[in-house]
Amino acid sequence: MISSDSDNNLLLEVRDLKKYYPMKAGLITHTVANIKAVDDVSFGIHKGETLGLVGESGCGKSTIGKLIVSLEKPSEGSILYKGQDLAKLSQGQMRKIRTQLQMVFQDSYTSLNPRKHIFEILAVPMIYHGITSKKDAEDEVNRLLDLVGLPGNSKGRYPHEFSGGQRQRLSIAKALSLNPELIVCDEPVSALDVSIQAQILNLLRDLQKELNLTCLFIGHGLGAVNYVSDRIAVMYLGKIVEIANAKDLFTNPIHPYTRAICDAAPVPHPLIKKKDAIILQGEIGSNVNPPSGCRFSPRCKFAIDSCKSTDQILRPTQEGSLHLVACDVMVGQNGGVQA
Amino acid sequence: MKQNRIEGERYLQTVWRRFRRHKLALFSLTVLTIIVLAALLAPIIAPYAPDKLVGTFSGRPNSKNWLGTDQIGRDVLSRLLYATRISLLVGVLATAISTLIGVVLGLISGYFGGVIDMIIMRFTDMVMSFPYILLVLVAASIFQPGLWNIIIILGFVDWPGIARLVRGNVLSLRETNFVKGNIIAGMPNRHILLSEILPNTIAPILVYGTSVIALSMLDEAALSFLGMGIQPPTASLGNMLNGAQSLTILTSKPWLWIPAGALIVILVMSISFIGDALRDAVDPTSRGGKK
Amino acid sequence: MIKYIIKRILVALPVLVGITIVDYAIMCAAGSPLAMLKGPRVSEAAVAAKAITLGLDQPVYVQYFVWLKQLLHGNLGYSIKNYQPVGSMIATHLGPTLLLMGVSLLVSIMIAVPAGIFSATHQYSKRDYTVVTLSFVGTSIPGFFLSLLLVYLFTVKLGWLPSSGMSSLGTGGGFFDIAKHMIMPVIVLATSMAGTNIRYIRSAVLEILQQDYLRTARAKGIGNFKVINKHALRNALIPIVTVMGMEIPVLFGGAVIVEQIFSWPGLGLVAMSAITNRDYPVIMGVCLLSAIVVLAANLITDILYAIVDPTIQYK
Repeated sequence: MISSDSDNNLLLEVRDLKKYYPMKAGLITHTVANIKAVDDVSFGIHKGETLGLVGESGCGKSTIGKLIVSLEKPSEGSILYKGQDLAKLSQGQMRKIRTQLQMVFQDSYTSLNPRKHIFEILAVPMIYHGITSKKDAEDEVNRLLDLVGLPGNSKGRYPHEFSGGQRQRLSIAKALSLNPELIVCDEPVSALDVSIQAQILNLLRDLQKELNLTCLFIGHGLGAVNYVSDRIAVMYLGKIVEIANAKDLFTNPIHPYTRAICDAAPVPHPLIKKKDAIILQGEIGSNVNPPSGCRFSPRCKFAIDSCKSTDQILRPTQEGSLHLVACDVMVGQNGGVQA
Repeated sequence: MKQNRIEGERYLQTVWRRFRRHKLALFSLTVLTIIVLAALLAPIIAPYAPDKLVGTFSGRPNSKNWLGTDQIGRDVLSRLLYATRISLLVGVLATAISTLIGVVLGLISGYFGGVIDMIIMRFTDMVMSFPYILLVLVAASIFQPGLWNIIIILGFVDWPGIARLVRGNVLSLRETNFVKGNIIAGMPNRHILLSEILPNTIAPILVYGTSVIALSMLDEAALSFLGMGIQPPTASLGNMLNGAQSLTILTSKPWLWIPAGALIVILVMSISFIGDALRDAVDPTSRGGKK
Repeated sequence: MIKYIIKRILVALPVLVGITIVDYAIMCAAGSPLAMLKGPRVSEAAVAAKAITLGLDQPVYVQYFVWLKQLLHGNLGYSIKNYQPVGSMIATHLGPTLLLMGVSLLVSIMIAVPAGIFSATHQYSKRDYTVVTLSFVGTSIPGFFLSLLLVYLFTVKLGWLPSSGMSSLGTGGGFFDIAKHMIMPVIVLATSMAGTNIRYIRSAVLEILQQDYLRTARAKGIGNFKVINKHALRNALIPIVTVMGMEIPVLFGGAVIVEQIFSWPGLGLVAMSAITNRDYPVIMGVCLLSAIVVLAANLITDILYAIVDPTIQYK
C-alpha cells in the first residue's frame, strides 16, 4: 500500500487507522451508532517531506492531525513514529517524545494564552524540557522570533496586541521552539485574510527548506495545500481516495472526487472553459454508519453497481507508481487507468 | 467606546480602567473602605470597650453615647464598630475557605473528568440540594455556635457554587488551543492547571467571590439573630438585632436595632455594587454588551 | 419526552440515596438513630429487648438499611420533646410552608418579570438604573431586618396588619384573614428573590434583544412590541425557569427565618424549635423532607426546561 522503495526513510507511518466516536442514546445509554471520523486510513510521511491532506469539512483530516500528536487515541490501527507505535506507549513514555510532534492550529486567537506575554509563552516549555537554560532563554526567543519574521520587542507584549497573521507566526514559533521532528499544521491559514495567507504560506515554505522540516499540512483549499506540499492525499468521508505527488495530482487527477475539486478551483479567465468539468451534485454524506462500498458513489457520475458494494482499496495507477487511487472504475483491479 | 485593550496595558490596568467607569461602584468602594477602616481601627477609635457597662439600661442617644446604650448598659456605637469587625471577618474568612475548597474541587473535576468528575459533581449536587439554612443550622446545633465554628461551617457549605463555576470554566478552557498546545508540548498537568488554566478563571472566581462575601455576611447576621451564630457577649451585627424581637424594643428604642440593620444593608449593597462592576470590568461581553 | 423524564428521575435517584446517607450519618453523629425510632416512655427491659429487634447491636451499615426500611414505612421517629410522631408533625406543618413559598414565588415572578423586561428595554435610562438599584437593595436587606421594619411600620405604627400566626385567634381562618397574615411574610420573601430575579432576567433579555433574529423581525416591519412579546419572550422563558428552580432552596431558608419572626406555623418554625431543643428526630425528618422537596423542584425545573427549550433533550 505504501511505496516500498523508501520505507526506511519514513518518519511517520499510519496503518489501518480508525477513529470512531460512539453515539449514545436510549434509556440506559448504550452505543447506537458510531461516527466514523477516520475509517481505515494508511499513509506514510518521509523525513523532510511535506504531505498535504485535503478534504471537505468533516472528512476526518483534522482528526488525523489530532491522532498523530496524541491529543486523542485511535480506536484501532497504529501510528508508527520512528518505528514506535504511539498508541501503545504509556503516559510517561509518550511525554518524552511529545516534543518531537508539534501542532499549529487553525484559530490563532485561541492558540496563545491571553494572560501571558510572548516571552513566557515561548520560553517556559523550552526551559522545562531543557532545550535551553534560563540564562540563554532570551537569546533563544529572539532567535525564534527572527525565524518567523517578528521583531524582538514582541517578547514583552501580549497576544491581543498582534494581528491574526502575526499570531499565527507566533504559533509557528511556539511549535518550532521545541525542535520538533514533525509538525502538523491544521488549516493554519484558513482563518486568515487572503493576502496574509500568502505570507504565512511563504513562511512555511521557507522554514521547510531552512530547517528540513517534516510536515503534515491539513487544509481544505487545494491552492494553499499545493503550494507547500510535496505529496498530497485527498480524503472523503474518513477515507483516503487518492494520494500522489502534488504536481501529478494537479495535472492528472484520477479519482472522480479529486477531479471534481480540481475542476471547482476558479480559473482566471472566464473564456477558458474546462472540458468535461465535473460538477459535484448532492451533499456530502453522513459519516455515521456510512454507505457500504465507495463512500463517494452516491454522488459519482461514473458509479456502477459494484461501487456500492465493494470497498475501494488504494491501488497504484501503474506497477510501481507512487500515484495511488481508490477507485475500481478508474483504476481497474489489475492496474492501469481505464477512464 | 474603547472596549479593546490599549496597547501595552497590563491586564490589571485594563480592569481598573473599566471599573472606574461605574460611578456607583466607585462610590461603594469609598464607602466600603471607610467602613472597613473604621472597623479595623475599632480598638483605637471606639469611645468605649464593647463589653464595658457605661450607662443606663437602654439609654437614649446623647452626647456621651452617640447611639445610646443597649439593654445592659453598653455603648451601642462601640459595639457597632466591633460588631462590624466580626461580621467582616466572618464574611471574608468563610469566603476564603469555601473558595479554596471550590476551586480545588472544580479544577480537579473539570480537568480530569471521567469518574472523578462524576463523583465530585454528584456530591456537589447533594450538598446543593440541602437547603442552605438548614444545613448551617443543623451543623451549628451539633457543633455549638461560636465565631470559628460559624466561619468553618459557612465555609464548608458555600463551596458548591464556586466548584460548579470553576468546573464549567475549566471544561471550556480545556478545549482551547493554547491548553491543547501545552498538552502537545508535554507540559505536566500541574503546570497546565496552575499556570495556564487557573489564571484564566481567576476573574470570574473573584466576581463570584464578592457575592459570596455578601451572602456570608447576610447568613452570619441571620444566624446570630436566631441565636445560633456569634454568641453574646461578642457583638455581631446580627445578634445586635436580636433584642428587637421584643415588641417594646422594636417600638420605642429604635437606636438599639436600626443602626445595626442599616449597616448590614450598606455593607452588603456596597459589596454587591462592587462585584457587579467587577464583573463588567473583567469581561465586558458578559452583559448585554455596549454597542 | 417521557424517556427524558425517566432519565432525569434515574439520575436523581443516586442523589436521593446520597441524601438519606448524609442524613443518616448526621444522625449517627448526634446519637443513635434507631433509638430515635423507638418512641417514648419505654422501660429499660423493653429498650434492651427492642434493641435486639431493632438491631442496635448490628454494625452501622446494617442499621442504615433497617432505618431506611422504617423510613419507607413512614416511620420517621418520634419527637424527643413532645413525643409526637415526626411524620405527622411534618404533615400538618408542610401545608402552611408550601403556601407561603408558593405565593412568594408567584409574587416575586410577577414583580421580577415585568421589571426585568422593562429595565432591559429601557437600558441605560434613569428608570433602568432605578430598577437595578432597587433590586440591589432588595437582595441586600437581611430578611429579618426587613421583617422588623415591616412589623414596625404596619403593625405597631399603623396597626393595619397582624404580625404573627396564620390566622387571628378565634376566627378559625378564612381566606382574607389568612391573606392578611400572609402579606408581610410574603413581601419579605418575595423582595429578596425579586431582587436577584430582576437582574437575572434583565441580563437575559438584554442578551436576547441583541440577537440577530430580532433585528430581522424588526427589519421585516413587525412592531417593536410584538417583537419583544412574541419572539423574545419565548426564549427568555428559559432563564426564567432556571432562576425559579435555583430559588427554591434559598426560598426554604428564607422561610425558616420569616416563619420564626411571624410565628407562621410552618415547617420552618418546627425546624427552628427542634434545633433549639436539639430535637434530632424532628430535625432529621425536616432535613430529609426539604432535601426531597428541593430535588423534586429541580426535577420539575428540568422538565419545564425541556418543554420550553426542545433542544435540551438531545444534549
